[in-house]
Amino acid sequence: MTLLYFAWVRQKLGTGEEHLELPPGVSTVRELAEHLRDRGGVFADAFSNVKALRAAINQSHVSWDAPVRSSDEVAFFPPVTGG
Amino acid sequence: MNTIRIQPDDFDIATEIAALRQAYQEAGAIVTFTGIVRGDDGVTAMALEHYPGMTEREIVRHMEAAEARWPISGATVIHRIGTLRPGDNIVLVATASQHRHAAFEAAQFLMDYLKTRAPFWKEEIRGGKASWVEAKEADHAAANRWP
Repeated sequence: MTLLYFAWVRQKLGTGEEHLELPPGVSTVRELAEHLRDRGGVFADAFSNVKALRAAINQSHVSWDAPVRSSDEVAFFPPVTGG
Repeated sequence: MNTIRIQPDDFDIATEIAALRQAYQEAGAIVTFTGIVRGDDGVTAMALEHYPGMTEREIVRHMEAAEARWPISGATVIHRIGTLRPGDNIVLVATASQHRHAAFEAAQFLMDYLKTRAPFWKEEIRGGKASWVEAKEADHAAANRWP
């Protein structure tokens, strides 16, 4: 799967994109965020509070219970502030 | 023929109005909203990033929702990205319709959803120090008034 990070999430992680295999035991976007948090370091910092984050799968906003598949593009970012 | 452009360059409101008039000669009303960078609290510049692909999809989705809801002929949304300074244009929403109510309401609807759903993020720069702008509850309340 492709993971994309935007705004302060990207800054904290020091990268905007990575590719990984769907980790075992991960079936929702919340579980994916928890998996990333458990990497520790900057990931623990960025993913410590999912309430401060939003997620999209394949370029559509999703809730934390949305299912993720290995072919998905999943993005994590703060609440949007355009306009 | 809705128009969506995400670009670093400025836009010219008169040119965009003329394009809508040309495309929709039946239109009796064109409403435009222009968002401008404010120089609040010593802001010297603003940096805007977005999620290419998703941004356009979200705007298309909301243009289609506006068309389903109001009898509008068409709409234009232009959003700038990159580094902007106080007084610069950020966003243009223009709607064309036969009658003014639809044009006014559709423009407000599009703007409210741009603020709360389109994946843009602003960073404010004050004296060389950058900080991410936080989402405002008032913007979500504004978007939630459209059931």
